[in-house]
Amino acid sequence: MNQRITIDPITRLEGHGKIEIFLNEDGDVANTYFQIPELRGFERFCVGRPVEEMPLLTNRICGVCPEAHHMAAAKAADAVYHVDPPRTAKLLRELLYSAFYVTDHTTHFYALGGPDFIMGPDAPVAERNILGVIHKVGLEIGGKVIQARKYGHTVVEIIGGRKVHPCTSIPGGLTKGITEEQRKEIEEMGKWAIDFAQFSLKIFNDIVLGNQQYVDLILGDIYNHQTYYMGMVDENNKINFYDGKVRVVDPDGKEFVKYEPKDYAEHIAEHVEPWTYLKFPYLKKVGWKGFVDGKDSGVYMATPLSRLNACDGMATPLAQEEYERFFSTLGGRPVHQRLAIHWARLVELLYAAERWVELATDPEITSPNFHTVPTETPTEGVGIVEAPRGTLTHHYTTDERGLLTKVNLIVGTTNNYAPISMSINKAANSLIKHGEVVTEGMLNMVEMAFRAYDPCFGCATHSLPGQMPLEVTIRDAKGEPVKVLRQYC
Amino acid sequence: MTAKPKFAMYWAASCGGCEIAVLNTHEKILDVDANFDVVFWPVAMDAKYKDVEAMEDGSILLTLFNGGIRNDENEHIAKLLRKKSKILVAFGSCANEGCIPGLANLSAAGEIVHTAFNTISTDNPTEIYPRTSVDVPEGEIHIPKILPVLKTLDQVVDVDYYMPGCPPESHQIAAVIDLVIQVLQGKAELPPKGSVIGAGNSTVCDECTRTRNIKSIKAFKRIFGQPLDASLCLLEQGIPCNGPATRSGCNARCPSAGAQCIGCYGPAEGVMDYGARLITSFASVIDSNDPKQIESIIDGIPDPAGQFYRFNLAGSLLKAAVPAWKKEKA
Repeated sequence: MNQRITIDPITRLEGHGKIEIFLNEDGDVANTYFQIPELRGFERFCVGRPVEEMPLLTNRICGVCPEAHHMAAAKAADAVYHVDPPRTAKLLRELLYSAFYVTDHTTHFYALGGPDFIMGPDAPVAERNILGVIHKVGLEIGGKVIQARKYGHTVVEIIGGRKVHPCTSIPGGLTKGITEEQRKEIEEMGKWAIDFAQFSLKIFNDIVLGNQQYVDLILGDIYNHQTYYMGMVDENNKINFYDGKVRVVDPDGKEFVKYEPKDYAEHIAEHVEPWTYLKFPYLKKVGWKGFVDGKDSGVYMATPLSRLNACDGMATPLAQEEYERFFSTLGGRPVHQRLAIHWARLVELLYAAERWVELATDPEITSPNFHTVPTETPTEGVGIVEAPRGTLTHHYTTDERGLLTKVNLIVGTTNNYAPISMSINKAANSLIKHGEVVTEGMLNMVEMAFRAYDPCFGCATHSLPGQMPLEVTIRDAKGEPVKVLRQYC
Repeated sequence: MTAKPKFAMYWAASCGGCEIAVLNTHEKILDVDANFDVVFWPVAMDAKYKDVEAMEDGSILLTLFNGGIRNDENEHIAKLLRKKSKILVAFGSCANEGCIPGLANLSAAGEIVHTAFNTISTDNPTEIYPRTSVDVPEGEIHIPKILPVLKTLDQVVDVDYYMPGCPPESHQIAAVIDLVIQVLQGKAELPPKGSVIGAGNSTVCDECTRTRNIKSIKAFKRIFGQPLDASLCLLEQGIPCNGPATRSGCNARCPSAGAQCIGCYGPAEGVMDYGARLITSFASVIDSNDPKQIESIIDGIPDPAGQFYRFNLAGSLLKAAVPAWKKEKA
């Protein structure tokens, strides 16, 4: 008797993600499908628009990380106009972006990813959320998380003009600079953010790394995949979120390629399946071999963990120490265990906070020289930044007036579509055997497989209780439900 | 303990920015929690359609609905929530007027899919496109159907109130939450059905702190093409700023940051068609009587469809360009 398990709605990329788990006659997992049911069509309807509007239009792809689209679009528009913004403009954009990273990574860790560890994957559902975290770690943590969100959004508003959907990046730089008074405010908030990031790492250290059971879970095979890893690096091969070259390392951690943004299409291609509206990016020179691990499969990952795997270190001192501790604890670079993404995210949180202060104390940050007027004829350009959820690529072609004729977008989470699908499949295979009844704890273990990637969705990133709703229906061959299991009902 | 009134918030085809704007009200969220029983809010809690289907009709007091109606699933949920809700609010630009995703109505739905699955990086030699129903070896699986045009919420169901903005400003959301709580406590009354809430009733220009003189324009300019005066009206400097046609409520946030208003708060009070009003506003400041010169000044607006209907196309009198519209009729 064939059985079918449907998890719907699970999460949202552009729409409400859906997981179908098919069991075979023995009750083992036959296959899993992770479907994305929505397409809004930005690549089509941005054609005809002036390229300088792309930082505003593509904000609306994602209200959770509009800053990432704003920056990738601004950099692509710079490239289209062959203009190099003044140093101050680049510093300000990166400063906005660093503060945004602090907010985003904080929310994910405390509201979503963290509860699985701080409370434990088997903790009662009602406790496995931010409120549970507050009870366990202490009341002041709630206030700190709110403060981190507030500070990050304040910096976004000061530099970007708005808290959500910033509006100040234009080809050649920015529409405005900052005053000394604003700089001081930003610096003070940044210093607080460094303390907060260290505090967060200490929590992870004490509660997660101090518990052998959790360490075993992280290092176990359920969440292990050997794939390629992608991340943006500076000229010293250190992580950079705003600018640099994209570096890919193979499953052994050796550099496979390091490419300029403009050359992305030589290295990345997207596979199509008819059962989903989202495409599956892969490494073109390795090729699409299906949803499989290994050096011969073009599947790559682009997450905080992959960025740590793909770089040679962090550009700031405190984050560098944590980077070294990360790899020495987990057995060296690269780390394949997907649950380590949570720890990697905190290492990045510390880097973002340190970078925030570094940029805020740069003598040129308050310079009025925040824009260079483009003078060249617009043609074609690519802009890449590291979005929190993966490398984000915007590629535009325009006519001589700067009106778009072609748009191609490879969005952060999209990079991870194949690896997320594989992780779900592996977790389901490991946890559902011989028709064994699916328990709630088991569901959470499947859920943890994709939650580590922080798929781009308010639910996965900015959820208040931090609880991913799941409903699993097991159906017999006639489609009749045999059993319905719910989590968080 | 008497049962608290039920609250729901839903996103259809949207970006999640409306949810972030609600979360950015910080402590007001606690007021919502204290005064309402939050029964359905995918961003914050459990999100099962079946639970909503099981509720009595009209049992949810207040539903904030954001996102446009892009596929048949969005439409289904819109109808379901209308049935279950006493008060349905079109929340944010997408639900009000289509927002940026409404620009998709310049193309037929098939073109959207075709473009997305034939980009430079897409490996699709055999022209595979997503299908609503696919037979995989283990069985049949489904995804929703994309509708011919993106619709606003009130093109699908009856809407009680309209709250504009992309996203609505957090201070406006907080004010609306306060009002609703006062209504619950019998201290205030609801505005008439069909009202715009959480916004002003004049234009962005009226909130803008830039200096305004008599406007006379010899050329429209691109925002990045020259240094600009930081305190003078952008339209006076030739920047096609949408302030004159756009509803107030945001404190003129973008012009304050040196960027032009792009119109995210939708049509100002009493404006029937946003684009028509903006065209009139721009036409009235062109300083020429020579038809040829006027034509060349107008050419300074490189993308009229986007300029005049950037957020408002789906909700405008036009609704869609001919190809999309024809397809829907067919």
